[in-house]
Amino acid sequence: MALLEIKNMMVEFPNRRGDFTAVKDTSIEVAAGEILGIVGESGAGKSTIGNAVMGLLQAPGRLDGGEIYLNGDRIDGLSGEGLRKLRGNRIGMIFQDPMTSLNPIETIEMQLVETIQEHLGLSRTEAGTRAVDLLGQVGIENAGVRIKQYPHQFSGGMRQRVVIALALCAEPELIIADEPTTALDVSIQAQILDLIKRLCSEKQVGVILITHDMGVIAETADRVVVMYKGRMIEAGSTADVIRNPSKPYSKSLIAAVPPSNRKIDRFPKVAMDDSDGGRLQNFNLSGHWLGRGRRFEDTGDALISVKHISKRFPLNSAILKRDRTYIDAIKDISFDVMPGETFGLVGESGSGKSTVARVITGIHPATSGSIVFANTDLANIKTSSERRRIRRDIQMVFQDPYSSLNGRMRVGTIIAEPIIVNKLARTRAERDSVVLDLLDLVGLGRDAARKYPHEFSGGQRQRISIARALATRPRFLICDEPTSALDVSIQAQILNLLKDLQEQLNLTYLFISHDMPVMRQMCNRIGVMRSGELVEVSETETLFNDPRHSYTRSLIELMPKFTK
Amino acid sequence: MLSYVLRRASQSVLVLLAVGLVAFSMFRFVGDPVENLLGQERTDADIERLREQLGLDDPFPIQYWEFLSRAAQGDLGISFRQGRLVADIFIERLPATLELAFVSAAFALLFGVLFGIYTSIRRKGILTNVILTGSLIGVSLPTFLIGILLIYIFAVELGWLPSFGRGDVVQVGWWSTGLLTESGLKALILPGLTLGLYQMTLIMRLVRSEMSEVLRQDYIRFARARGLSDRAIYFRHAIKNTLIPVITITGLQLGSIIAFAIITETVFQWPGVGLLFIDSVQFVDIPVMAAYLMMISVMFVVINFIVDMLYLAIDPRLRDGKTSFS
Repeated sequence: MALLEIKNMMVEFPNRRGDFTAVKDTSIEVAAGEILGIVGESGAGKSTIGNAVMGLLQAPGRLDGGEIYLNGDRIDGLSGEGLRKLRGNRIGMIFQDPMTSLNPIETIEMQLVETIQEHLGLSRTEAGTRAVDLLGQVGIENAGVRIKQYPHQFSGGMRQRVVIALALCAEPELIIADEPTTALDVSIQAQILDLIKRLCSEKQVGVILITHDMGVIAETADRVVVMYKGRMIEAGSTADVIRNPSKPYSKSLIAAVPPSNRKIDRFPKVAMDDSDGGRLQNFNLSGHWLGRGRRFEDTGDALISVKHISKRFPLNSAILKRDRTYIDAIKDISFDVMPGETFGLVGESGSGKSTVARVITGIHPATSGSIVFANTDLANIKTSSERRRIRRDIQMVFQDPYSSLNGRMRVGTIIAEPIIVNKLARTRAERDSVVLDLLDLVGLGRDAARKYPHEFSGGQRQRISIARALATRPRFLICDEPTSALDVSIQAQILNLLKDLQEQLNLTYLFISHDMPVMRQMCNRIGVMRSGELVEVSETETLFNDPRHSYTRSLIELMPKFTK
Repeated sequence: MLSYVLRRASQSVLVLLAVGLVAFSMFRFVGDPVENLLGQERTDADIERLREQLGLDDPFPIQYWEFLSRAAQGDLGISFRQGRLVADIFIERLPATLELAFVSAAFALLFGVLFGIYTSIRRKGILTNVILTGSLIGVSLPTFLIGILLIYIFAVELGWLPSFGRGDVVQVGWWSTGLLTESGLKALILPGLTLGLYQMTLIMRLVRSEMSEVLRQDYIRFARARGLSDRAIYFRHAIKNTLIPVITITGLQLGSIIAFAIITETVFQWPGVGLLFIDSVQFVDIPVMAAYLMMISVMFVVINFIVDMLYLAIDPRLRDGKTSFS
C-alpha cells in the first residue's frame, strides 16, 4: 500500500470572475522510502498540491474534490485539532527560503523544543536532548552550543538544515519539500539534497520534492510527476521521463533545460507556450536608427579591459581609523573582453561577481585599479559629454524584472526615457518610431508601448528591460543574472533573444550568472570567482572539459547534471 | 553593543544641549529681563547694577554655560509672576501631570494592543467592525471636543464623575497623589480617557497592521506546518515580532501624551504643568516657559533612549550589530 495516496485532487481558488482551478484531477502516490519529484513551471500548481495535503491552502483556496490518504487514514477535510495532529507530527514540511522560515527573534532551541513538546509530550529536558540530537543528525556540528544561537547566526545552508531538523521533530511518515534548495548555492544545494536522500533511506520516510529544476529532479527523485497549468501531464520513473518523455509538453520542457555537457546553438521553442516571438526577423540595420554609429573599426584591441580593480566596503563607521573594519568585495580583478564576445563571470553568492558589474558601470567607484573602455580610461574622463557617451555605450540588464521597471510608467515611456535623456532622436516622431521598433525587436509587439509593466509576465518584463538597455545604442551590455528569476522555458527564450541581438547588433556581453549550464550555452570565455578573487579564466569548452583550479572542478562536479 | 549604547547616549546629550540653547535664548531675546524685573521708576544706574548683578554683561557662551550648570543642579530661576523658585512650582505641579499621563498611557497601551491583536486575528466579525468604526471616531474628533462630550454625558447628565480638578489628594513625601482616594480616582477617569483615546486608536491601528504583516511571514506558515497551536503561533511567535516596531511609536506617543496634556488639562482644569504652561504664556513668565521646554525635551530624550535599549533587549539581531550592513 502506498504511504500517501492522492486521488483526483481538485483545488479551486474562487474569485469574482469565477473559480480558478489551480489543480485539476491529479492523482499521485508516494511509497515509504521513495522520493517523488513534482516538477513544473510557475503556475503549474505544484506547490498547491503540497499545501493542500498539509491543509495550508491560502484563503480563499479550497479542496474541491478528491481524496487524500496517509497510510490508509483519510486526511482531507480535517480541521482544528485533527489537522494539528497531522502537521509536523505525521507530515513534515520544508519551505524554499531558509532565511525567512525561522522566527528571527527566538533561539533555534526554543523553536525545536516547542515543536517536540507539542507532538511528543516530552519534558523540557528530554525535548532539549532530542533537539541537540536532531541537529546532529542533520549535520550541524557542535550542536550543543549552536542550539542556543539565533537564526541570523547561521548561514543559508545551515538554516535549511535547521528547517529540516524542525520538520523531523516528531519522526513524520512523509516530508514535503517545497523548492528546498532554490535559494541556496550549488555546493550547499548538493549537501542539502544528499541529506534529504540519506534521511529518506535511513528513516524510510516518503518525500515529495517540489521543484522547478530538472537537474535537481534528475539527481534526486526516484519517480517524477510533470505538471502544467494545474494538470498532471506525465508521471513515471525519473530516468524514463527524462530520457524518453512521451507528451509534447514534457518533451519541450526537457528540451529547454540548458544541457550541462555540451553547447547547443539555440534552445528549442517550448510547445504550448504562445508568448514567444520566435526567431527575430532580420532587421535591416543599414538605414535604421539602431544601426547608426555602429561601425567601429576593429583594432584588434579589447573593447573593455579591466585592470587590477579592487573594491572594499566599510563594515562600520568607527571614528578611529584602527577600529574600522572593511570587507574586500573584489580583490585585484583583471580581464579583457574582446568586441563581439560574451565574457562570463560565474561564482556563488558573495563571490563579488555583481560588484564587478557595478564597478564597471560606475555605480560603485573602484577602490583601486583602472578600467579602459574603447581606449578610454574611465577614471580619466574629464568632460561630462564624454562621461555621458561612455554611459550610453555601457548598459545593464538586471536580475529582477519586477523591481527594475518603474510600475507607474508606460512601457513606451520607459523605453523612450534613455533616448530623451541622451538626446538621441531628432524629432518626437523619430523617437516614437524607434521605441516601437525596439519593442518589435525584442519580440513584444508594438501594442506593448501603451501598457504598464504589471500587465506583463516576468519573461516579457525582462524583454522590456532589454529593449530599454538597447535604447541608448550600447556597444557593451552587462547582464547580471538575467534569467535567474525566470522559468526554464522563458529562460530559453530570453537566452535566444540575447544571442540573436548579439549577432545582429554586434553587441559585446558581460554575462553574470551562478548557473553553470547556462554559462556553457552563452559564453565564449568564462572567469570563475570565489570570495572576491578571480581564480580562473578560460575558453568555455576548455573550462568545462579541463578545469585547472580545484574550485572550478568542484563547481562543475556539484552542478546538478542534466543529460539526456 | 557597548559602543552603540554610548553613541546613543552622546546623541541624547547633544539634543539636550541644543534644546537648552533654545530655552536659554528665550531669556535673552524674548523681551528684556531687566525691564521685566524693574518697575517703571528705574534709573540707568539701577539697570547697570542689575545687569552686572545678574551677569547679563558676560559674553553669551558664559551665560549659556551658567544657565546649563544651574539647570543641571535644579536651579531654573524664579518665576516672574509668582516670585517663587520655578523648581518648587514644578515639583508641586508635576505629579498631577505624570499621574494623568501614565494612567492614560496604560489605558492606551492595554486596549490598543488588545484590540489590535484581536482585530488582526479575526479580520472579519461584528466586534472587529465595531472596534474599527469606534476607533475612527477616536482619531477624527479633536481632543477638546471629546473632553467636552465626556463632561456633558458623565458629569452633567449622569452626574457620575466630577468635571474638573483632581479630587482629594494624599501627600506621599513631596509627591501628591490622587490614586489613593476615591474622589481622586474618579477625577482621573474622564481626563485619562480623553487624553488616551487618540493614542489608543493609533496603537491599535499600528498593532493591527504590523500583526497582519507578521502573520503573512514565512515563519508563521512554517510554524503552522509544524503543527503548533494557534495560541503558540499568535502569542509566542507573532506578538514579539509585532511589538518591535510598535515600541518606537508607543515610546514617542508617551512623550507626546505628557507634552500635549495641555489641552486636556485646560478642559478639565487639571492642576498640572500643562495648565501652568498656559498660564505662564499669558503672563510672559519666561523662566516657567523655558523650564517647561527643558522638562519636555528631557522626557522625550529619556524615553527615546529607553526605547532604543528595549530594542536591544528584544531583537537578538541588533545585539550582534548585524543589521547595520546586512
